[in-house]
Amino acid sequence: MRILFKTNYRQDLNLAKHGGHHFWYGLLILILFAAPLMLDGYYIGEATRVLIYAMAGLGLMVLTGFTGQASLGHAAFMAIGAYTNAWFLAHGFSSFVALPMAALLSMIGGLLVAIPAARMSGIYLAIATLAFAIIVEDFAGHLTSITGGNRGMMVDVPTLFGYQIWRSWELYLFVLSVLIVATLAVLNILRSPLGRAMIAVRDSEVSSQALGVNPMKIKVFAFTVSAAITGLAGAFLAHYMLFLTPQIFGILLSIQLLLMIVLGGLGTVHGVFFGAVLIGVLETGISIAKDALPYSIGGLPGIEPFIFGAILISVIAFEPTGIYGRWVKIRSYMEFFPVYRRKSFKRQRAYLKTERLR
Amino acid sequence: MNEFLQLLIVGISQGCIYGLMALGFVMIYKATEMVNFAQGDMMMLGSFVAWTLIMDLGMPFWLGVPATLIIMALFGALVDILIVRRVIGQPQFAIVILTLGLGIVFRAAAGMIWGQVPLTIDSPISGFSSFYGIVIGNERLAIIAVTALLIVILWAYFRYSKWGIAMKAASQNQLAAYYSGIPVRVIISAVWAVAAAISALAGILLAPITLIEPMNGLLGIKAFAAAVIGGFGSMPGAILGGLIVGIIEPFAAAYVPAVKGSLVYVVMLIVLALRPQGLFAQIHRKKL
Amino acid sequence: MNLLEIENLSISFGGLKAVDDVSFAVEEGSVYAIIGPNGAGKSTIFNLLSRFYEPLSGKLNFAGNDLLELGAKDIARLGIARTFQNLDLFEHASVLQNLLVGRHVHNTQSWWRQLLFTGSVVEAELEHRTKVEEVIDFLELAHYRNQIISSLPYGVRKKVELARALCIEPKLLLLDEPSSGLNSEETEEMGFWIEDIRRDLNMTVVLIEHDMSLVKEVSDRVLAIVNGKVAAKGVHGFVQNHPDVVSAYLGDSQ
Repeated sequence: MRILFKTNYRQDLNLAKHGGHHFWYGLLILILFAAPLMLDGYYIGEATRVLIYAMAGLGLMVLTGFTGQASLGHAAFMAIGAYTNAWFLAHGFSSFVALPMAALLSMIGGLLVAIPAARMSGIYLAIATLAFAIIVEDFAGHLTSITGGNRGMMVDVPTLFGYQIWRSWELYLFVLSVLIVATLAVLNILRSPLGRAMIAVRDSEVSSQALGVNPMKIKVFAFTVSAAITGLAGAFLAHYMLFLTPQIFGILLSIQLLLMIVLGGLGTVHGVFFGAVLIGVLETGISIAKDALPYSIGGLPGIEPFIFGAILISVIAFEPTGIYGRWVKIRSYMEFFPVYRRKSFKRQRAYLKTERLR
Repeated sequence: MNEFLQLLIVGISQGCIYGLMALGFVMIYKATEMVNFAQGDMMMLGSFVAWTLIMDLGMPFWLGVPATLIIMALFGALVDILIVRRVIGQPQFAIVILTLGLGIVFRAAAGMIWGQVPLTIDSPISGFSSFYGIVIGNERLAIIAVTALLIVILWAYFRYSKWGIAMKAASQNQLAAYYSGIPVRVIISAVWAVAAAISALAGILLAPITLIEPMNGLLGIKAFAAAVIGGFGSMPGAILGGLIVGIIEPFAAAYVPAVKGSLVYVVMLIVLALRPQGLFAQIHRKKL
Repeated sequence: MNLLEIENLSISFGGLKAVDDVSFAVEEGSVYAIIGPNGAGKSTIFNLLSRFYEPLSGKLNFAGNDLLELGAKDIARLGIARTFQNLDLFEHASVLQNLLVGRHVHNTQSWWRQLLFTGSVVEAELEHRTKVEEVIDFLELAHYRNQIISSLPYGVRKKVELARALCIEPKLLLLDEPSSGLNSEETEEMGFWIEDIRRDLNMTVVLIEHDMSLVKEVSDRVLAIVNGKVAAKGVHGFVQNHPDVVSAYLGDSQ
């Protein structure tokens, strides 16, 4: 059992709270950067996909997990980011311009959504974001001159300072670096006044106002940061897929993002990564499992989404805190062994507290 | 003018379908504050079950329909008892994900059981009626008539019957309902049963007009928009919202085909911008 | 000198006049109690002060500022803090995080500095932490510092609610039923704290209370509200024995 002996407040501010943190996270980052040396092209591609999901999920987590604003339409920001990036590259600009523009335009999108959305809450907000996503997808199909419409659009490779990024491991490292920077930015927000204000707005808007927080400003901030990060993820998705069609950014992608952060652990940064890994692994895993089943079952069309949905339901019913929640319990068990008390995480018997009176 | 009326009636009949599904949503929301993203998929399952009974097993239409409703009602109650009950009291998120998951499972199961080839049900009233220069399929008229009848039945039920009143009580304050001796869990299962049956009815009414396939479940999203326009906690609002959405579609398809996919959602956003709680607001100020 | 001046405050909810032509003034540095039967409109007065509700008529003046020109989110910045009758803490955050939100009005760092977590942000955070720890010491919450609110007992939550308000370093503290749900020992403790708050922290306190012994113990002046109207105003003895107040609580003897 590790006992942390704190001697000054600065220790509480640090991201790495003790030697163990420094060691394990350092090792993780080292392994991540060294991955191209150990894995071959296919797996590097899969890893890149997981990193892109994680980036998109990070953006969504900022908005939904930390500020409590539900979004069923985050795929729209990925679409804006992806098409903006592709367009600028196609017109001769380098990624140095295209990527920031992708983030910027997504941010503007986020701002536009934020202003009406900040006045809504709960289910209305969710459905408004869903509507926004459907409209963006429709628009992407119609703006044929810019997006190539439903026939699709080719994406050039990223270009940095004249160097073209063709190889998959180069893309992987690029995405990894940007993801790390984005994660650090989010972690910084979380330990500053803005982050606390976001959590305050999530937990009790009324109370936060009484403490001087301006919920409108916070929500707009959360939306813009969230949109920017998810927009960047979309830009990288464009490079991963090499060919864009509006259908990629449909409702199912938005739902998948939401599923990802909830399954991973809502309201935590760890949850983003756990969720991304889970979704990435699940897609491959189900294919493998399907082959293992007898043909009469495995051969049925639609068995994959069925298993996916079944797993989803089980996780939510039995571990709503997600993978990260379960991990915390396991870690506590190991830390406090043999005096771990299962009841310390017992869920209160909950009665519905109506949200219609707020 | 004739064309206008034609489009209007088509729109109203479509709107009734959306209204029925929206009604199912709203009933479940009022009772448990859960948003059932699988509502559209329950409609879809209803039409498949009806197909099996009527077309596959050869049951007469007038027997197959009530049988389907009973089966789907039981199904809805089972979904509540076995799965949804586990997440009562959890934050909205858990519920949203759960029902999204249910929707995925229902769609996939439908594909597994009935395959992806679209099916159809022969309707006993097929043919067209014409009046005032308009020609309308009989099925469409049936949709409007049945919906109107159902609305009257439901209104009376919630106003006068003990169970209906109990449902309203459980929807406003679960804990108080428990204390008053209302068997809240049974009531909630009953709500799910009724909502499932209503959706199944919508599916049956719709079946002769469109083909039955698993993707029909995604119609639920439009029904969702309808419920939001009407105001999520209001049953008359659900019907009204459904009608609005239903009417917009054929007119959009006829006059502005370019935006017909998203016009409904644009309208929804406009309604939300002007009246954030929908047309029949149900959210009140909390007593601080 | 009057810190807070309320004149002819009124508000209706539907047909019911919840607050009816209420006027009173609170002197700086004093403890002012508002009493009255349940549903009399006392919390509504607080909610009007917090600008959650819009009054039908009346003037709200705080240290020369017209409160009606401000929104709910601007009140804390002026130096007014409040607690809620039904407790409105941030359930999924720790005690420390709740208290740190209380420091929001004292934030000086721009958003991009926070993103980068620059040196000035670190300095400011350490300063906030020091101030918050002072409040934690004052209310003896050190033991609970890192615990999540949802796991805490009611009595501790009440203390956290009070602590959070104190972190604003307000000039005026509005306490809504600070002793509700507390046993007599805890209530006595609360009385000491209110005294300490007035004396050591130099704050003016307005409290809504039902516990008459607490009211007698700490308050300088008392206001009795019955059915939304002012029934009596003055020192404790005067108000407690005022016939309208007595009949409101005990009913008419005849």
